[in-house]
Amino acid sequence: MTVNDSNHTDVLLRLEDIQIEGFSDEKWHPIIRGVDLTLRRGEVMGLVGESGSGKTTLGLASMGFTRAGCRLSAGTVIFDNMDLSAIPVPERRKLWGTRIAYVAQSAAASFNPARRVIDQTIEATLRRGLTNRQTIEQDARVLFASLQLPDPENIGERYPHQVSGGQLQRMMTAMAMSPRPDLIIFDEPTTALDVTTQVEVLIAVRNLVEQHNTAAIYITHDLAVVAQMADLVMVLRYGKEVEQAETRQIIKAPEEDYTKTLWSVRALEKEQVRTEDIVLSIENVDAAYNQTIKVLQDISISIPRGRTVSIVGESGSGKSTVARVITGLLPPSTGRVRFNNDDLPASTKLRSVDQKKRIQMIYQMADTAMNPKQTVFEIIGRPLEFYHGMRGQQKRERVQELLNMIELEDRFANRFPSELSGGQKQRICIARALAAQPELIICDEVTSALDQIVQEGILRLLLNLQETYNITYLFITHDIAVVKAISDEIVVMYQGRVVEQGMKDDVLSPPHPDYTQLLLESVPEMDPDWLTNLVKNK
Amino acid sequence: MNDDQSNLAETTLFRERRSRWEILVLELSKAPVSAWFGLIVIGIYCLVAIFAPLLAPYGEAEIVSTPFVPWSWEHIFGTDQIGRDIFSRLIYGARNTMGIAVITTVLSFAIGGSLGLIAAILGGWLDQFVSRVVDAIMAIPSLIFALMLLAIFGSNILSLIVIIAVLDSTRVFRLTRAVSLNVVVMEFVEAATLRGERLPWIMRREILPNILPPLAAEFGLRFSFVFLTVAALSFLGLGIQPPTADWGSMVRENASLIQFAQFDLKTALTPIIPAATIGLLTVAVNMVVDWFLHKSSGLKS
Repeated sequence: MTVNDSNHTDVLLRLEDIQIEGFSDEKWHPIIRGVDLTLRRGEVMGLVGESGSGKTTLGLASMGFTRAGCRLSAGTVIFDNMDLSAIPVPERRKLWGTRIAYVAQSAAASFNPARRVIDQTIEATLRRGLTNRQTIEQDARVLFASLQLPDPENIGERYPHQVSGGQLQRMMTAMAMSPRPDLIIFDEPTTALDVTTQVEVLIAVRNLVEQHNTAAIYITHDLAVVAQMADLVMVLRYGKEVEQAETRQIIKAPEEDYTKTLWSVRALEKEQVRTEDIVLSIENVDAAYNQTIKVLQDISISIPRGRTVSIVGESGSGKSTVARVITGLLPPSTGRVRFNNDDLPASTKLRSVDQKKRIQMIYQMADTAMNPKQTVFEIIGRPLEFYHGMRGQQKRERVQELLNMIELEDRFANRFPSELSGGQKQRICIARALAAQPELIICDEVTSALDQIVQEGILRLLLNLQETYNITYLFITHDIAVVKAISDEIVVMYQGRVVEQGMKDDVLSPPHPDYTQLLLESVPEMDPDWLTNLVKNK
Repeated sequence: MNDDQSNLAETTLFRERRSRWEILVLELSKAPVSAWFGLIVIGIYCLVAIFAPLLAPYGEAEIVSTPFVPWSWEHIFGTDQIGRDIFSRLIYGARNTMGIAVITTVLSFAIGGSLGLIAAILGGWLDQFVSRVVDAIMAIPSLIFALMLLAIFGSNILSLIVIIAVLDSTRVFRLTRAVSLNVVVMEFVEAATLRGERLPWIMRREILPNILPPLAAEFGLRFSFVFLTVAALSFLGLGIQPPTADWGSMVRENASLIQFAQFDLKTALTPIIPAATIGLLTVAVNMVVDWFLHKSSGLKS
């Protein structure tokens, strides 16, 4: 807390005792319970916290905005000596987009698909009306160039669906920068991106913010990212400030216990073990969608019993397709899948119930992986009934047992999925897979939609279950931290091919093939100088 | 004490959340006036239909007086062109018209709904085939098509029900298929497939509960439309055949009375009454459907 109050002219944004309430179940519930925040020109503040901690709500509040169903019940927002909470909304709206900009997590959902990118990029600046259209467009092209977008002269003429996710995210940053705002709020701008793309966006954003001396609030749950981007870090929990300090200090010596637990998540690591007993092997598999679009080429992977094999790679590398081939949803065009040294029929339809039972799957989005109209008891109970013919009392006891195995209380049996948190949902999905008593569980990005703390809980649970029941995991992920935490072996995939595979320590230590090198380099580290060094070495 | 508590926990663990009856009572107590109005009207119609022989002062096809007797205490709404009591026929008409409408709607949902679900789940050539057949049927104006088919198969009640149900099921098919497609792509359906579940289970347990709200809304609308189709066909003389009483044909039979408005206003109103009966029921059904839609598609999901 070294904010110097004597230098008043420097202060761009001051939030005083902000309290925000949200309306649900016919009552007002507090979301933000009194937070103070001071941001000076050119400073970047990182807001860190798990989901539900109120970081987005606070970020929006610093624009003088609350979402529908929320209200600012107390506190003042002072932006450039104006009290945003006191001036009427139409006046505030004039500031939004021009002097205060907002970059949302999903650029794809924030662009209008029916209009060209350039038109949307310059919209706010044009409205501000300081100069003519040509100048603004030219400036936008310069921004595109400084954001390392390919073909900056013409890329703006494209429609949003004609550029990639990472490019669109950078274009949204350009849109926010175009009117040269004093303050930008970044709400998890890289969470949905691959690590390799994330690095590019991070570098671009940091350069631009530095160049134009823009102040920014950077909301994220990824500590390594915040370490690169922010000068100050505020940790939020339950709508209250836990701790606030300069980035270097908070990373080196966090004071609060909660902050320490946040920091410790990435320390989870597992000893690799070598096993020769192979449960499942994929041999020389090619696969294509509609017989034309080739997604897998000559893939061979073997999975040892009771161990974890991780498949890493960026989106589009074909890692999820491997899962579809194993489960038989996408029969391979050539090659075969062997399970316990027997050939598995290529298609799900041809497999016996027993073969299906032995391979279970856990999905990334637990929300869509469970039927919203079934209770937890029905969801977990069905495989028991279906595979093991359990009924009545026996089934009830087993469901109870499974709930305890995934560290949930019995009372959850009566709940519907909508009444569970993200982590709890994923646990139920794990229980459903366990109910079948499988030999192999395929985990498709099971932790990517979760917060770090929840992630750690799920990973620990999976590891414990593996130890107790000798289950084999095939772990599909793009998160190297997760890979380090859970795997024994690693398979690196790129554009439908296996680039490298082997024991974890071998793959993670040099020498690497080029792609593995790039992938490993791109994973942000907690060291605040990491990004700077990376740029220097390039 | 400790034992007591654990016993309590044991018994409450898998307790039903709330019985259906309790939920119904709870929801009804919060229902808006329009929904109550609709429910009461439907309730009265159903009672009238069930107890028709007890309520009606005269028989359904009984000729009790001279034709076109004006309104009186003896014949509340007068008599028709051959001297049957209109009030009695109105009461019996509830039985026939509503009975046929209910059966037809249920049948069209059974056909269209199951075909729609199967087409959405299986996809491929089956989906293409059924969808194109449905397109072809929908391309023909349904009333004319129904008239033609009735002319071919003869206008008895059975063919009336089957023909309207089949023609109406095309719309049900389209709706069911469209909403199911959104659910079929969900991972829980994939999970069920991977588990090895059979088609009926996936249809009934995985998908149907998730598409119920739009289907229920459609049920109310379809019910009203079937009603109108039956009435229209009866009006044209190919629907329910005399002497069976039904509201559509009652409008037709007495339509000419409307010309006497300048001499006897009440008599002139006679053909309006069965028409209004149909109208009131349609409004009532849709009020209930609106309420249900509001409940199920509201802020909950």
